Formats: sequence, structure tokens, C-alpha cells
Amino acid sequence: MEQQQPILQGKNLVKRYGRVTALDHCDFELYPGEILAVIGDNGAGKSTLIKAVSGAVVPDAGEVFLEGKRVNFSSPLDAREHGIETVYQQLAMSPALSIADNMFMGRELRKPGIMGKWLRQLDRPAMEAFAREKLNELGLMTIQNIRQAVETLSGGQRQGVAVARAAAFGSKVIILDEPTAALGVKESRRVLELINDVKSRGQPIVLISHNMPHVFEIADRIHIHRLGKRLCVIRPQDYSMNDAVAFMTGAKEPPQEALAA
Amino acid sequence: MAKTAASGDDYESALAQSSTKVAEFEDTRTGFVHKFQHALHLNPSLVPLIVLLLSIALFGALLGSKFFSPFALTLILQQVQIVGIVAAAQSLVILTAGIDLSVGAIMVLSSVVMGQFTFRYGIPAPISIGAGLACGTACGFVNGFLVARMKLPPFIVTLGMWQIVLASNFLYSGNATIRAQDIAAEAPLLHLFGAKINIGGAVLTVGVLFMVGLVLLLSYVLRHTAWGRHVYAVGDDKDAAELSGVQTDRVLISVYMLSGLICAFAGWALIGRIGSVSPTSGQLANIESITAVVIGGISLFGGRGSILGTLFGALIVGVFTLGLRLLGADAQWTYLLIGILIIAAVAVDQWIRKVSV
Ligand SMILES: Nc1ncnc2c1ncn2[C@@H]1O[C@H](COP(=O)(O)OP(=O)(O)O)[C@@H](O)[C@H]1O
Ligand SMILES: [Mg+2]
Repeated sequence: MEQQQPILQGKNLVKRYGRVTALDHCDFELYPGEILAVIGDNGAGKSTLIKAVSGAVVPDAGEVFLEGKRVNFSSPLDAREHGIETVYQQLAMSPALSIADNMFMGRELRKPGIMGKWLRQLDRPAMEAFAREKLNELGLMTIQNIRQAVETLSGGQRQGVAVARAAAFGSKVIILDEPTAALGVKESRRVLELINDVKSRGQPIVLISHNMPHVFEIADRIHIHRLGKRLCVIRPQDYSMNDAVAFMTGAKEPPQEALAA
Repeated sequence: MAKTAASGDDYESALAQSSTKVAEFEDTRTGFVHKFQHALHLNPSLVPLIVLLLSIALFGALLGSKFFSPFALTLILQQVQIVGIVAAAQSLVILTAGIDLSVGAIMVLSSVVMGQFTFRYGIPAPISIGAGLACGTACGFVNGFLVARMKLPPFIVTLGMWQIVLASNFLYSGNATIRAQDIAAEAPLLHLFGAKINIGGAVLTVGVLFMVGLVLLLSYVLRHTAWGRHVYAVGDDKDAAELSGVQTDRVLISVYMLSGLICAFAGWALIGRIGSVSPTSGQLANIESITAVVIGGISLFGGRGSILGTLFGALIVGVFTLGLRLLGADAQWTYLLIGILIIAAVAVDQWIRKVSV
């Protein structure tokens, strides 16, 4: 895999918030078709890292490459138009709007013919049918709910909608920042299955999670993040969960060969 | 799921036997109050509509045909047309969780530009009107740019613009009024919005029709177009909207520009309503428009409410004003009741929001 070209890559990324350095010359690579888990303590800079490669924050320094080409995303919309779909940790949803409106935010479907072209009317039936199908795929909810406002959903259901949105639209890369944090056991399992589905379609995924059993079960490689940079990358079959937690918290020095990876 | 059981960790293995039925969310809360609350949540303009109908019925009962006549009822429409148009602009801005204190000033400056261009420079009225509309839109652009790009609070930006625009209005016009007779003789197009249409006792003006048409159009746009959904999304949670792919800066700038343009139309309608072009007119438009928006049930926190509610809100104020006047009550009673309505409307807004939790 090391000979392959990364599909998404960050080099020397730096992001400072005032006196806090959230990203400190951090590297990142995601290879085609893989599930890359990113683990690290709270505040290690995981979310900032994925925001920097998905356009939500513009890094102070460093470069981002998509399929080997240098890109400068200035907004999440930018990254999305390049096929990178992200579920952010703070769930980007508009509470008062419906599930369908939220799923299609910024990429709405318009009615065919005059109604769409001249009156720019939204094609609600098509949007609702699509949203319903995607949510059913995720086993998350029944049909009558598709018009309800997102604020009337539980935290877990909202997360389900966000994951379904990313899975439905991500064409090159899907990034999930703690997608199962608010989910129950069963829904978390569905999300893992969905991640495997997406992988079997050949799409690579970045998964940030604190759930070590899930990470070790599903990831091809694990990026361990510490103090704003990548500490090392390990393969789940080579190390135990205890080792990973020890590296992550600084209790144990990372192995030399993993540092190079 | 079998894979989980194999991987050793146990708590998930029970999932293999779990029901495959998809989750269902039955609403077990019943009862009239809850249903009503839910209906209001879906249709936030229902409250002002009910209040409007009740107040018409009340004054109708008290005053009989003096109030309950096509003439009196359409007189209310004429009296609220300016505030109604300006309140439509205000609604858009408040839906984005902003506020526009400069609406009245932009309206007056635009009307002054229309008048002065025609009479001071002898420019043909249609072009002068176009210049007035452009002037309003430009003022709106400045507001929108400062709010969206410079990230300044809308209250401060529009408070400043209110003063700037109003002062420019006085400086530019030299405090001079353009008389109604001159306008009627030389540039009757400026009076277009005042043109009356009689239908069996009912008197409608072009301005009234414009107000109603504008509100219906905006209501369609807000509900059924992507731009409209984005206006709500920006008002609801701007950061979330940005992350989900809304070009929030553009939406904000377009909203303030549209607000400015609508205010300029209100300026044109103002000439039709008062006859002359007066730089001192329309001073209360901003506070009256905010009142209509709030009574109409649009949340000052943004993202919630419907523009139809604003129209009802403006009409409620009009009904109280005319009704109390016909009853011979002191005008202060109107202000007192409107004050109560404002506070009640906000209380209802808070109550409706509770449906979400
Ligand atoms: N918008 C922000 N403003 C200021 N500081 C921030 C902001 N976002 C993140 N940080 C800081 O950057 C550091 C990394 O945060 P984050 O990337 O969210 O970590 P993680 O996702 O690993 O928990 C933290 O110290 C956090 O306080
Ligand atoms: Mg995080």
C-alpha cells in the first residue's frame, strides 16, 4: 500500500487558534479503498485535522493533495464539490428544517420543466423519496418521519441522518468525526456495517472514534494523533488495544518502524 | 453481525437476535393542547391569523357596519401598506437572525432620490425610479457586506447605517419637500402606488396589491426554493449551514440587498401614499416594521416563522389602530395594546419552541 499514491494527503499542516496550536506540522495520508481510523486524546487535534483537509478550516501552513493534485479548499462546499463528504463532530444540521431539506442542503433538486427552471421550485417529492431510501438503508427510521424537523429527532437519530447524508453523496472520500458517539449499541453497529458497505464500493473512509473495539475491528490502518501531530500509524493486527492507548496517551514510546509509516 | 460475536467482545453479540423491525417513532402525546402546539410549530403564522380574525370580529361586534364595511376594512389595508412592505423586508433580515434598523431611512432616501432626480435634474421619471431602487439596493449591500464579510453585529451595522442614510437624506435633499401638485403634473408615475381601484365600496390601491403580492411571492420563495431554505438555515445556525455547504456570506448579502430593494419600493409607495416627496416622512417605519414582524410570530433569534405572519401582524396593528379610533378611544390605548401583543407574541414563540424538546 505504501507504493500507492494517497487519495487524500496532508503535508506539514499547521493550525493555530490564538496561543493554542491545534495542528503542529501534521502529516496525514489516506489510501484508496482503505478505512483509516484516527485516534487520540480529546483536544489532540483530530477534528482540526479533518477540518483542514475538508475545507472547514483553512490551515495556516501546509498543503493538501487530492489524488496527488494540490488543492486549496476555502469552504466545505469546495471540498464537497471535489467528492469529499464529511460528518462533522458538531453535526452540521439546521434544526428547524426537515430531514430531507437537511440532507439536500446546498445541493437541492429542482422540479423538471418550467416550475424548476423559471420558478426554481424544489422537487420535494424526489428529495423526500431519496432521503427515505437512504435512511431505510441505514435502518434508522420509518417513512412518516421524513418531513419532520431535525430538532424533533434524538441525538442518535440526528447522527444517523448526518451519516446517511455523507454516505449518500460522498463520491471520493468520506470522513466521519465520532459518528457513533451519540448512538446506541444497535445504531453504532449499523454505522459500522454502513462503513463496510461503503468500503466494499471501493471508497476510502476516515473514521475518528474513541471506541477501540470498533476501531480495531474495522480499520485497515490506525493513525495515532498526539499533541497536534501524527505520532505513528499502526496496523491493528500488529498491536493490541492496550498498546494503542499507551501510544496515544504517551505512556509508551511508539515503535520506530511505525513512525516511518 | 456474526463477525462481532467472533471478535470476542460480547455486549454486541446479543444484537444478532435483535428485532429487525426498523425503529418507529410513534407520537404518544395526545390531547388538544399538544396537537394545537404542534400545529403552531408547523404553521407559525396561525397564531397571528387567529388573533387577526378575533380582533376583526371583536371590533365588528362593537362598531357594527361602521367598522365591518368594505370601505373601512380596505382602509386598514391602505393604512398598513407602507409598514407591510417594509415589514416584509424586515422579516427576511430577522429570519437570518439579524435586524435591520435602517429600513425606514433607506425607504425615505430612496423616495427622495426618485423625487430629486426627476425634479432637480429633469431625469425622466422611470429612470429616476430605477435610480431610487438601485440606491436602496446599494444601501442594503453595504449592510450585508459589513454583516457577512466584516462579521459585525447586524444591530450595530444597521444602527450606524440608519444615522448615515438619514443624514445623507437630509443633506442631499436640503430638507426640501417636493409638492404633490408638481408630482401629479409632471411625473405622475411617482404616484403609481397611490392609484385607487374601486370595487363596490372597497378601495384598493396599487400599493396594497403590491404589498399582498410581495408577501405571497416571498412566502413561495422562502418555502419552495433553495435560496429560501438557505435563509432559514443561516438564521437557524450559521456555522452548521456553512458546514453543510451553504454559501452563508452570499445568502446574507443577498438578503440585505433584497431588503434594501424592497425598502426602496416602499419609498415609491410612500410617495403614492402621502402625495409629496418629504425627507421627514416615515420616521417610525423601522420600529413599526419590527413590531409587525414580532406580532407576526417570526422569532428574533432567526430561522423560525413565516412571512405571512408578518402580514397578519401588520394588519393586527392596523385593525387595532382604526378600531380604537372609531371607538373614540385615546390613541395611547392602541400603543398599550400593541405593547401587550408584542410581549404575548414572544411568549407564544417560546411556548411553540418547546414542541421540539
Ligand atoms: N474554533 C476554535 N477556536 C479555538 N480553539 C479551538 C477551536 N477548535 C479547536 N480548538 C482547540 O484546538 C485543540 C484541538 O481541538 P480538536 O481538533 O477539536 O481536538 P479533538 O477533535 O482531537 O478532540 C483544542 O485545544 C481546542 O481547544
Ligand atoms: Mg473532535
